[in-house]
Amino acid sequence: MTTTTTTTHAPKSAVSRIVAAGTHQRVLAFTSLIILLIGFSLASPNFMQTSNMIAILQATSVNGVLAVAVTLVIITGGIDLSIGTMMTFCAVITGVVLTYAGLPLLLGVIAAIATGAGCGLASGTFVAKMKIPPFIATLGMMLILKGLSLVISGTRPIYFNDTPGFSEISRGSLIGKVLPLLPIPNGVLILFIVAGLAAYILGRTVLGRYCYALGSNEEAVRLSGVNTDRWKIAIYAMSGSIVGVAGLLIASRLNSAQPALGLGYELEAIAAVVIGGTSLSGGRGTILGSLIGALIMAVLTNGLRVLSVAQEWQTVVTGAIIILAVYADMMRRKRSS
Amino acid sequence: MTYLVEMKGIEKHFPGVHALKSVQFDLMPGEVHALMGENGAGKSTLMKIMSGIYARDGGEMRVDGTTVYLDGPRAAQDLGIGIIHQELSLMNDLTAAQNVLIGREPRLRFGRLDEAELNRQTTEIFDALKLNIDPRASVGSLTIARQQLIEIAKALSYRPRVLIMDEPTAALNDAEIAELFAVIARLRADGVGIVYISHKMDEIKRIADRVTVMRDGAYIDTLDVAETPLSTIITLMVGREVTQSTPEIPDTSQAPVALQVRGLTRGRDVRNVSFALRRGEILGFAGLMGAGRTEVARIIFGADPRDAGEIDVGGAPVDIRTPNDAVRVGIGYLSEDRKHFGLATDMTVRANIAMASLERFTGSTGVLDEAAMKRVAQDHIAQLGIRTPSDMQAVRLLSGGNQQKVVMAKWLLRDCDILIFDEPTRGIDVGAKAEIYRLLQDLAAQGRAIIVISSELPEVMRLSHRIAVMCEGRLTGILPGGPATTQEQIMELATRRDTALAPAGD
Repeated sequence: MTTTTTTTHAPKSAVSRIVAAGTHQRVLAFTSLIILLIGFSLASPNFMQTSNMIAILQATSVNGVLAVAVTLVIITGGIDLSIGTMMTFCAVITGVVLTYAGLPLLLGVIAAIATGAGCGLASGTFVAKMKIPPFIATLGMMLILKGLSLVISGTRPIYFNDTPGFSEISRGSLIGKVLPLLPIPNGVLILFIVAGLAAYILGRTVLGRYCYALGSNEEAVRLSGVNTDRWKIAIYAMSGSIVGVAGLLIASRLNSAQPALGLGYELEAIAAVVIGGTSLSGGRGTILGSLIGALIMAVLTNGLRVLSVAQEWQTVVTGAIIILAVYADMMRRKRSS
Repeated sequence: MTYLVEMKGIEKHFPGVHALKSVQFDLMPGEVHALMGENGAGKSTLMKIMSGIYARDGGEMRVDGTTVYLDGPRAAQDLGIGIIHQELSLMNDLTAAQNVLIGREPRLRFGRLDEAELNRQTTEIFDALKLNIDPRASVGSLTIARQQLIEIAKALSYRPRVLIMDEPTAALNDAEIAELFAVIARLRADGVGIVYISHKMDEIKRIADRVTVMRDGAYIDTLDVAETPLSTIITLMVGREVTQSTPEIPDTSQAPVALQVRGLTRGRDVRNVSFALRRGEILGFAGLMGAGRTEVARIIFGADPRDAGEIDVGGAPVDIRTPNDAVRVGIGYLSEDRKHFGLATDMTVRANIAMASLERFTGSTGVLDEAAMKRVAQDHIAQLGIRTPSDMQAVRLLSGGNQQKVVMAKWLLRDCDILIFDEPTRGIDVGAKAEIYRLLQDLAAQGRAIIVISSELPEVMRLSHRIAVMCEGRLTGILPGGPATTQEQIMELATRRDTALAPAGD
């Protein structure tokens, strides 16, 4: 009985499967990334240097981790505007644990991730239980966390000078110890580990499945007897814990928790997600896409700087890229429907 | 007690509507119990109560003789009550298998999904139903019929003891219907009780054991299908009102043609539709769900693009590409979904009436002339008998019938000579319906050309001067209005499937 059905659906080739899965935007983003890399290499011999490539990756790490975090929420059809200030809040809490309380490094790491998860839990509860639209709930959260960071730190940076290992989290290089020619910083390694984990969660776990299901048709999921509120909260919490990792990365890179920092990071991350082909209306999106999106933004910034283009213009170009990327995606969808 | 489910004295109120008035229903194991009634009779509401989606306001529901209170769809599922919804409720971005087993995904440790097992289980379910669907296919890429079959497979995968099917065949072709009926026969043999909602009389005769008829939210009767002629069921469904009031049909054969449509085509939804509408005429559009009536209206109004076809207004060809073009040549469209497309419900009656004609109230500085808008709004409130405390009342606070009148006022103010009404009385109480009918007849008498799309046959028969019937995107015939035409004639055209491959259009 089973054989009849399986033979009628011969497994598709890997290529056609990728195309069929609607990954066009990701392919487009990836191609753009390659073209940018080639273009900048031709324009300046300084661009394609190992040290510059590593600088680009290092610059991607924080925005990349944030983009991964917010991808989960955006796939559910939500949005999280608080991730920038949440990242800072996590860094400040880590400062409290390590510098104020003088506790061991590991506890600081746990504190950052737990703080992020707690913030996500709160946002998720506002959205799922109190039915506040995600945009508003997380806008409120963004201000609350910004304020709390300033209050707790007394508006002054918290330095990690007493915890010598802390800056190694981002700036050390485990890979470089093994392969001296490839001194990839730990921050980049962490980005790829986090991205890999998130991609696994999205593709292979129940939590991931409900991300797509909620974004696709929340009412249908609810009518199927799924406790949609609980899952939504879990997704925001998962996203928050990834933001906690971003908090560790930025604090480690600056060797300090800067309480005034954070605002604006959320928009950069959302931009990366959008460039990577994730639909803001939910139901569709990939971690790989967001990663490529974050890389495109970092390559642009770096490349334009290498070409000595003023920073003001870099911002303009990034904005134009976002509009182009989404327009290309809209055109494709219009054609396919 | 041999009843699987027994419902007694069920009450349900929605804002402005008494949806269920002391309704009763029971279901035995191994029977197919048809639930019939016009649109708005309360069938779907009753079934949503049975399946835990709505809470009842009053009455009693027993399952296996025990009184139950369902606090959600999950509670109903746990009791073995499954429902296949009328509107598809699938997640288009997910695969077939992911949809079927949503909420019950086979898991490995740490919340990981067992995708292979998921696909295997779904293949088993599909095989048992003899469905040839790839479990890994993305649902959004499948046809509506296949999506419907997935929905059915999903409901069956819960191994329900009670299965509610709300118009399951609306999107299926004959072969697929035969497959579905074979599945139903097997379920019945296994002792599953099936509630079957359908408008298709022939289906009821083919598979139902008993039939319960509802009308206007009330229980009418329960009958044995084999012993009851179809005409009796229809009479019970419709009540006496249709036979009493036959419309006076004016002779419009000499009136100038207001709208002429030739060869209108859009994919598979609308195929080669041609008709003419004269001034002073009400042309009714009848057909089953998905027959393409709304699609025709939306093309004429420029809301959707067309693949082919010509439209003449007042004898001259017009090029309608957007709703703005349509309004310019005097075509107004009153959507079936007032709340989404017809009204800004949080705004006032005055603002809504003026909405489509704002330039008329705009001075050279761009400031709106509120005094003039107030005068015009109050004129229309009086003219149409809109019951509202003032023209500054928010539209959402009005009843359904009065909201519909506000939409009508909006288009009347816009001087539209051709008005397309899509389900003008959906969700409106019986009393208010009569008023809407009278208004439509008045509008026609003033020389406007009117199209009425309605899924309620009695409504079409009561209003129309001529009745256009559609089936699967084709116009299968135009019948004269009045007592000469029977429901059976309309139903015959509405179910005239295109069995031969030849395009039988007109």
